[in-house]
Amino acid sequence: MKISRWALVCILSGAFTEPAFAVDPQQIFSQGGPNPGVIACSTCHGADGLGMPAAGFPRLAGLPADYLTKQISDFRSGTRGNPIMQPIAQALSEDDSKALAVMLAKMPSPAVKPVTRAHAAKGPGEILALRGAWDRNIPECVACHGPSGIGVGATFPPLSGQSAQYLKSQLNTWRQQTRKNDQDDLMGHIARSLTDTEVEAVSQYFADLSK
Amino acid sequence: MKPIIAALITFNIISMACATEIVEPTAPPKSPNPTQNKAPRFSPPAEETLPDNAFGRLVQQGHAIFVDTKANASEFVGNGLNCTNCHLEQGRKADSAPLWGAYTMYPAYRKKNDKVNTYAERLQGCFQFSMNGKPPPADSQVIAALTAYSYWLATGAPTGQQLPGRSYPEIPEPAGGFDLAKGKAIYAKQCSVCHGAEGEGQRAGSDYVFPPLWGKDSFNWGAGMHRINTAAGFIKSNMPLGKGGTLSSDEAWHVAAYMNSHERPKDPRMIAGSVEQTRLKFHENDGVNLYGQKVNGVILGQGTE
Ligand code: HEC
Ligand code: HEC
Ligand code: HEC
Ligand code: HEC
Repeated sequence: MKISRWALVCILSGAFTEPAFAVDPQQIFSQGGPNPGVIACSTCHGADGLGMPAAGFPRLAGLPADYLTKQISDFRSGTRGNPIMQPIAQALSEDDSKALAVMLAKMPSPAVKPVTRAHAAKGPGEILALRGAWDRNIPECVACHGPSGIGVGATFPPLSGQSAQYLKSQLNTWRQQTRKNDQDDLMGHIARSLTDTEVEAVSQYFADLSK
Repeated sequence: MKPIIAALITFNIISMACATEIVEPTAPPKSPNPTQNKAPRFSPPAEETLPDNAFGRLVQQGHAIFVDTKANASEFVGNGLNCTNCHLEQGRKADSAPLWGAYTMYPAYRKKNDKVNTYAERLQGCFQFSMNGKPPPADSQVIAALTAYSYWLATGAPTGQQLPGRSYPEIPEPAGGFDLAKGKAIYAKQCSVCHGAEGEGQRAGSDYVFPPLWGKDSFNWGAGMHRINTAAGFIKSNMPLGKGGTLSSDEAWHVAAYMNSHERPKDPRMIAGSVEQTRLKFHENDGVNLYGQKVNGVILGQGTE
């Protein structure tokens, strides 16, 4: 595992230099470049930007532009670690990542079933989402991520419209401390207080809201 | 599919699998929270024990009004708040004025209106002031449903006995008094990410998710939260959300004072449009507050709009 991880980092990073001028974001999205380290986003995030659930590649379509640029710069700085995305983020220029984010934010996002805290909560996933686990200082997920987990502003990303695989992988990155890009550990302490069963259940719950 | 991409996909699946293996399936660690887990607390009944009958449905309606007040009792709400914004965990959380701590303590005398108040009158008060709205009639469906929800949460609680965790805790005032400049700095660092740089809150669609702390959509000058001492107690044990108990008492006071040094909807009891007369009658002996005081050259209490 260790060897393949390093091999990949090497393939993907290389010694790339920043391009002198910005390129059409649509072109980077579907064809990659201008820097060879920038693989077309659509290969992994889908032509519609809705991600590839089985592989755990997230949807980017409809995410707030400022959230997207923050994630790219967090991959770059390493506060969000990921062997696939980090080299791509490092190869993207500041201007290109901003232009891409603006374009992605405008792409249509999936429809989501409306649920609020007024709904009855059954099963561990829904209970965490709509009731929290306050004996462990875990607020309702929707208290920060909005009703149906549709996201709030640029800081609190949508959970619905993402796959269970991706949501689960992110909760685990916080538990392993490879993702520590949230202000004041607001999300980290929650992820670390969840059990494995809860991680599964709550990820499935939010994924199912857009089915 | 290009081989490199296929390899990457496989790699990501493998690394996700590894990720789950690394995490030990241990019991969740307890987050430290000095204000909680002291005395044994009353525990309200679990949601799944709610009976599926007419009573259960009334309780559910009360719960729905409590967590989504605008949607379910709109004619009585005049701001962007929900009851649960100040009574966390949907009215269950100790040290957040839980409904189980309140229900069994009424009828009770209140200095605020100088009479013995029924539980219905107490609920009406929160609509008039905290929700900056109109009190629902005592025999209305809204009051019946909220009363049923409170009654059910208090199942098994002794009548007329003050339970630990009722109301918000009282915390000592800073030795040198509160400091608005310190409060402002704490606000910018620890609160504005959710409540907005100007206390304006944040919405998802048309509804607030992070409630406004001041301004036209917040609680009015007659609400209990306008007292700095009350707000400090709430903030110390409940904010930042999910990290209650992490601010010191002094910090909670400074930031509570900063929050309450801004304009908000006027006191509905305002006498003849005069802040000074209203201050003398209703605010002079109501805890620590800035109503009618001059802050940054402006007298507070005129109201928004
Ligand atoms: C080789 C596959 C691959 C390619 C190509 C790729 N990504 Fe990613 N991307 C991923 C993976 C995997 C993740 C999840 C990383 C993690 O687990 O933290 C991700 C995550 C992201 C995120 C974070 C999303 C969120 O919800 O937090 C952003 C933003 C992003 N990618 C942008 C881009 C952009 C822009 C491009 C094109 C320049 C791109 N990606 C190309 C695989 C890829
Ligand atoms: C106190 C506020 C808060 C609460 C409550 C909260 N979160 Fe979060 N969450 C955040 C923040 C902030 C981020 C984004 C951090 C960043 O990348 O800047 C986040 C990000 C996430 C992400 C990553 C999304 C992505 O696109 O990469 C997942 C998954 C997530 N939260 C799941 C949950 C779940 C499940 C719950 C309920 C158990 C929950 N959150 C409750 C604050 C919160
Ligand atoms: C802006 C914050 C806020 C909002 C919103 C709010 N309240 Fe309150 N509530 C308070 C404060 C402050 C107190 C006084 C607590 C104390 O006694 O220290 C209180 C007290 C109460 C009490 C009495 C508690 C006791 O132990 O005696 C009840 C019952 C109550 N509220 C119900 C409601 C209902 C129902 C709603 C929605 C219609 C609501 N509240 C909305 C702040 C709020
Ligand atoms: C992670 C986001 C978050 C942070 C950070 C945060 N709050 Fe809150 N706050 C909330 C939410 C959400 C509610 C409503 C709770 C609910 O509905 O369950 C709330 C409620 C409140 C309320 C009662 C409602 C009202 O409008 O008066 C006050 C007062 C308050 N917060 C003050 C603060 C202060 C002061 C800080 C900084 C020390 C702070 N909050 C930090 C999310 C946050």
